[in-house]
Order: sequence, then structure tokens, then C-alpha cells
Amino acid sequence: MHTKSIAELAAGLRAREFSSEELTRALLERIGRLDGELNSFITVAEEHALEQARAADARLAGGEAGPLCGIPLAQKDIFCTRGLRTSCGSKMLDNFAAPYDAHVIERFNGAGAVLLGKTNMDEFAMGSSNETSFYGPVRNPWDTSAVPGGSSGGSAAAVAARLAPAATGTDTGGSIRQPAALCGITGLKPTYGRVSRYGMIAFASSLDQGGPMARSAEDAAILLGTMAGFDRRDSTSLDQAVPDYTATLGDDLKGLKIGLPKEYFGEGLDAKVAQVIEAAVAEYKKLGAEVVEVSLPNSALAVPTYYVVAPAECSSNLSRFDGVRFGHRCEEPRDLEDLYKRSRGEGFGPEVKRRIMIGTYALSAGYYDAYYLKAQQMRRLISDDFKRAFEQVDVIMGPTAPGTAFKIGEKTDDPVTMYLSDIYTIAVNLAGLPGMSVPAGFVDGLPVGLQIVGNYFDEARLLNVAHRYQQVTDWHARAPEGI
Amino acid sequence: MSLDKADVEKIAHLARLAIDEGDIPEYARNLTNILDLVEQMNAVDTAGVTPMAHPLEVAQRLREDQVTETDQREAFQACAPSVEAGLYLVPQVIE
Repeated sequence: MHTKSIAELAAGLRAREFSSEELTRALLERIGRLDGELNSFITVAEEHALEQARAADARLAGGEAGPLCGIPLAQKDIFCTRGLRTSCGSKMLDNFAAPYDAHVIERFNGAGAVLLGKTNMDEFAMGSSNETSFYGPVRNPWDTSAVPGGSSGGSAAAVAARLAPAATGTDTGGSIRQPAALCGITGLKPTYGRVSRYGMIAFASSLDQGGPMARSAEDAAILLGTMAGFDRRDSTSLDQAVPDYTATLGDDLKGLKIGLPKEYFGEGLDAKVAQVIEAAVAEYKKLGAEVVEVSLPNSALAVPTYYVVAPAECSSNLSRFDGVRFGHRCEEPRDLEDLYKRSRGEGFGPEVKRRIMIGTYALSAGYYDAYYLKAQQMRRLISDDFKRAFEQVDVIMGPTAPGTAFKIGEKTDDPVTMYLSDIYTIAVNLAGLPGMSVPAGFVDGLPVGLQIVGNYFDEARLLNVAHRYQQVTDWHARAPEGI
Repeated sequence: MSLDKADVEKIAHLARLAIDEGDIPEYARNLTNILDLVEQMNAVDTAGVTPMAHPLEVAQRLREDQVTETDQREAFQACAPSVEAGLYLVPQVIE
């Protein structure tokens, strides 16, 4: 059962080959057996899951059920779940049972999906390796000495290890696409504003976006159809119709114009990864696509720009953790300032502290223009680069990450080296565009992801482009050994 | 921009973060490296470029000025570290 796609599982549930309870038990058993080593879950919600599965079975028996009814899913522990611990990978929220459900969780509950548990992640989604989690690193199922990527590393590892058919992630600078690439799964970051951020713990509010992480574009399309849509509780949610993402998956790619940004194939890219990406592009040519070179001249400045915008917003957002209303509180505070300082000092890990401090510095008196204003101007230039490229092409392709999964501990000493893992994904967040990572091959036994970037609200086309590739290749169907 | 011990202490105070004395040199080194990365932006002349605050040029949505939220004080205070009679408790502020 654990190898089936969501569409296959839905068909099996409808044909009464197995019940949602049986399916849920089978996956819980796998999690119990395999996740001790992987550490992809922070919380396994066994009782809650079985209760939801039984309710889904009742709905299925009644004949009323959409494509996700009875399907077990893993949720990134950044989405608030009522009554269940929502830790965001932090000691700060280790004791936090959310008083309400995130919009995304409400949508999945409404669709009858089963919540298996909450997946591990970099603390407050700040990291590219899942090593900043308070709950310890996640191991990559393809090589347990390597990282799964981050920040949605637990979701990526759980899906790759077939502990869950699919999961959710969030992506502020690559946190869905980079772990998807490093774990050999399919991940999609939607257009900014497509999926509501209500109840999704905020890191950098002008960049954060939730999206699906699955084993195929088809499964991702099913998930996105449930996640996307207007929500008045998110002030930047966009009121745009949600298409049936599964309806256009099979559309012909003849005449599709693919742009390859020359800046994404230069210095810093592993030569073997480049070969894998070139082979994937060649496959698209066989499917009838045309390939042209495009230029995104400000690409190299996306990481510097991001490390002003994201920390600035993070320092504001994380000021809410003050030891007063929820979260960690220090013992015996002397006065209010001591309460704030020690609660925050004890509750946050070093990477979160670094980013809060960078953001605080960038926003402090006298530095605003040099950092934050300058970064917002850079953001305009980076966004304009994409606008010009999309006048010529339908989608942009390139590598998701400059290399394959690196070893646990390899990049933890130097934050800047770690930041450069997101060199190809960050610009997409700054521009607010949708982007995907699709398994495209292997280098020395480790998966490589092809990144596909689309124009605003072009998620249906991204899924179509990914699906057609998955019809003629089997990279996405490969599973790690022993899984 | 190179940050020293005093800079780190000042920033940590502004951010209301207690950091261990022994960790300050490492913070100073790492934060300096991050600022060096960030300052690569200065290679581009951005004079006259309109700052971009939001990826899609949309106006802030407004709503009717009506009560939409119900009282959930108990639920929200259930996860608070210290409350009494519906109030959050903090150390004494006014002498």
C-alpha cells in the first residue's frame, strides 16, 4: 500500500480493497519501524489519525468523498493543528498545542484527509539542511549520513521513504523545492498569495508560501487543488479561481517555450548535476518543446538581497515570542526585560538568533536605507528580470540546487556557505513566482532535481510540464534501497 | 562592515535576546560574514528604482468595520505560561 499514488489509493478505498483505517495503520507501522533512524516526524498523531481514518471510512461508505478522503498525509510542523503540538522545530514552541487549525489544515480536514503527524523542519523554517531543528537532524533516506535539505526536510524524507503518500511544506527561499530535489520527490511552491498563510507560523511574510510535496506531479496537483484558494484571514491571499489542476496534466507540450537562464549553468554548479539537467531538457525537446537561452542578470544578487528581506521580516515576526502569551518562558524572571531576554535567548537556537540579529541590525536607526530599502530595490530588479524572460518563454528551467545532498555537519560551521545552497531557488520567492522541483536523475546514487519556474498563477502549466516528463521517465518512481 | 563585541551586545539588546558571553566572538564573526554577503548588493546602482514591498502589485484589502471574532480568551490563554483571572502575568512593571 505504501508505494501507491494518491489516485491509486483513492481508487483502492472506493473499491473497498482496503479501508482508510487499514491504510493508516499500515503507514503508522512503517513510521514506527523506519522513522527512528530518519527522524522525519516530530509528532506522530496515532490516535488522532485513526479517529480521522474511521470518520473517513464512514464518509466513503456513504458514497460522499473527494479524492483525498481517507488519504493519510504528513503536515509540516509549521501549520497550526488544534490541540496538537505545533513546534515549528523550536524549543520555543515545544509546549505549544495550537488553539486553532491553519487554513490548510482546515481544508485537508474538510476533504477527509488523515493527519498522520507533524514533520520535522529547520527551526522556524530557517535553514537548508534540517540541522537547525530543536528535535535533531533528519536523515536523507537515500544516504542516512546526508541531510534531506530544508527547511521542509522532514516532509521530504517522509515522502521519499514512503512513510506518507504526500506531505505539505512551506517555501520562503527554497524550503519546498530544495529538499524535494535532495530527496528525489516532487515539490511545488505556488504563486505568492495562492495558498493562505493563516495559521502557518510566519517567518518572512512577503515570501512565505505553503505547497504540496509528493511523489508525482499528479499527486501534487490533487493536493494543491485542496490547499489553494482565497481566505479572508490572510491579508495577502488572492481572490482568484482555482482551476482543476488534474484536468490539464496530460496537455501536449508541442511548442512549449523553455527558457534556460545562462546564469544558472555557470560557476558553482556541480558538473554532474549540470549533465543531469541537460539530459532532462533534451527529453523535453523530444516532447516537442523549444529551448531558448534567457538571461536573469541579477541572479547572483538574489541571495544577498534575501538575507536582508527575510531576516528583517523574521525579526519583526518573531518579536511575538516574548514568554508572556505562549511558548517558552524562563524560570524566575527578575523583571520584564529579563523575562523577554532569557525566554527568547533560551527558546531560540543559534541560527534563528543570527537571523533575528541581522534583521534587527538592518532595520535599526541609520541603517534602514542602506539595507532594507536597498534590498527592496534589488527585489524589483530581480523581479523585472523574470518579467522580461517570461515575455519570451512559457517556463524557465534549471537546477534546483547546485549539488546533491551534502553530509550532515558539512556546512554547519559557516552560515554563508549554507545560504548558498539556495542560490537557484531564492530569486523565485523574491519575485513571488511559482516554482517546482521534479526528480531528474541521480549523481553517485543521490537524487537531482530539475527546477521549473512559471509565470504568476501558472501552477497548472507547471504541473502539466512536470507530469508529461514523468510519463516518459521513471526518476520520480525510484525509491531508496531498503524502502 | 565588521561587527565587534559591543555591536553584537547592542544588537542583542535591541532584539531582546540573551546570548552567552562566550558565544559573542562567534556571533560577531558570523554576522560580519553575513553582512559581507549582503553588501554585494552595493555593486548595483539602484538610484531611482521603486522599492518592491509585495510580489504582486495589489492594494491592501479592506473589510467592513464589523465584529467578526468571537471571544476565545479561555482557549487562547490555555497555552499561556502564567495567567490569573483572564490576565497574563508578568513580573511587576510599576514600582
